[in-house]
Amino acid sequence: VIETGFAAAGRRLRSGETTSVTLLDTALDTASRTEAQIHAYLTIDAEGAREAAARADADFADGLDRGPLQGIPVAVKDNMCTRGVETTAASQILAGYVPPYDASAIARLRDAGAVIVGKTNLDEFAMGSSTENSAYGPTYNPWDPDRVPGGSSGGSAAVVAIGSALASFGSDTGGSIRQPASLCGVVGMKPTYGTVSRYGLIAFASSLDQIGPLTRTVEDSALALASIWGHDRLDATSFAGDYPDPVAGLDRGVEGIRVGVVAELAGEGYEPSVESAVSDMVARLQASGVEVVEVSLPSFEVALSAYYLIAPAEASSNLARFDGIRYGLRVGGATTEELMARTRAEGFGPEVTRRVLLGTYALSAGYYDAFYGQAQRVRSAIQGDFGRAYEAVDVLVSPTSPTVAFEAGARTADPLAMYLSDICTIPSNLAGHPAISVPIGLDDAGLPIGFQVMAPALGEEVMYQVAAEVERLAEFSIEPRAAAGVS
Amino acid sequence: MPIEIDIAHVARLARLDLDPDELERYRAQLGVILEHAARVQTLEGEPRVESAHPLGLVNTYREDAVSPTLDRDEVLSMAPEAFDGFFVAPPALETE
Repeated sequence: VIETGFAAAGRRLRSGETTSVTLLDTALDTASRTEAQIHAYLTIDAEGAREAAARADADFADGLDRGPLQGIPVAVKDNMCTRGVETTAASQILAGYVPPYDASAIARLRDAGAVIVGKTNLDEFAMGSSTENSAYGPTYNPWDPDRVPGGSSGGSAAVVAIGSALASFGSDTGGSIRQPASLCGVVGMKPTYGTVSRYGLIAFASSLDQIGPLTRTVEDSALALASIWGHDRLDATSFAGDYPDPVAGLDRGVEGIRVGVVAELAGEGYEPSVESAVSDMVARLQASGVEVVEVSLPSFEVALSAYYLIAPAEASSNLARFDGIRYGLRVGGATTEELMARTRAEGFGPEVTRRVLLGTYALSAGYYDAFYGQAQRVRSAIQGDFGRAYEAVDVLVSPTSPTVAFEAGARTADPLAMYLSDICTIPSNLAGHPAISVPIGLDDAGLPIGFQVMAPALGEEVMYQVAAEVERLAEFSIEPRAAAGVS
Repeated sequence: MPIEIDIAHVARLARLDLDPDELERYRAQLGVILEHAARVQTLEGEPRVESAHPLGLVNTYREDAVSPTLDRDEVLSMAPEAFDGFFVAPPALETE
């Protein structure tokens, strides 16, 4: 079990106590012991990783230091294009697809000297909250393999919890980084929209998708973010202004910070163990010097409804590119339309099909204004509510997920129940704001509970400042049962 | 309020060749989801604009300059069928 994060490993790399090749061997060894049970990776690129690790070690020997990720074994969600390495988005329609280019975030990881161990499992096209929608079989939770790891970045959360990578990267459209981080007891963060390039991220809902890190510590999260974000001319929505410094506030403490507790993210549907852990943490933050304010954001009540119109609408448009003609699966037909319709029916799994149909309906003539148009107005209302709240507080806090990890299969037959998993995380996506999940404890069954800290756009500095205090107060230890049980 | 869905029409628009059983299953599921989603219509207060980028970015343009692109052969190597530098597809229109 790895006690600390990659920042600590980086110090050992720089003092000569360890090598990148050694860190990689440990990660690969952990994967070989745990993959049969957890199934977090879709592809392990041992050869490519060994080359990168050897290069990192040679760079250290030459005195060349590219920053905190140099020589660190990391994993990336399989919806980010990696040149020369199969990228499937966990869909049959992309089986065997080998991208001819790197996503911008991947290119930055390579430039930073990171060692990419492999591609992690996800819900097909990142649509889901349990990683059970993968066409290649589900991932299981390292704390209890009968339970889901959350999703859609379930593989990315599991590898960090179990130590088959020291950090990973996922994508978050409605909570797909933070919710699995919460369920797997690791730190997961979604940055401000537009700060991490989406170029080469296989698009789900373009106005919501954002790449972000999953790590063992808050410091690692801030360092990992700093390594991948920044303006990119290949993404037209990329932010070109001044970026905050995510590490600046980590050791500052929280004296005088104003923390808002969101009234709407509590009550019915929230497990008592989750609610009590969260309110206990709020009390401890108060003892650390924060000012606690209860705030109400009424539009949050309809955030989930708006999300399940906007995200599928954008998905139905984005996924039109999977046509059986340029790449991916082809099922033959007499005409182009027949070929497309057969290929898509065969290649998309049930959740993707459901969302494409839902989005097509919401955008279709006669329904557009009542559904999609109205959902976009709700989105404005959410941004308005956030704006008013941030006049009175610096950050907002809530549970990350209303429940701990649920049992595999428990919600697969009821799409709406599955969608409710993301009720706490969706508002930040609709507003484009940053948010982080930090593990704060275990319930009676030994399952992790996550605490969410939300901040206004480009508020990463204060978000990490509070998250670091939460981490200090929680003294959470990442020791999942599956990792401890197999040796 | 139950929501009417012409699921066969929606599937055709989405280019999804689904059989009658699948269509009926998706129609029922979409009905449940859309009933929940219809709560967006309960939003109160003055009419609001539809929003896009949270940081208020509008159009971004690059310079109109030629830059390197992906290698054609490498791209075509991922196509299910290619010939002489082109993607191959069946006719778009039915022939007589």
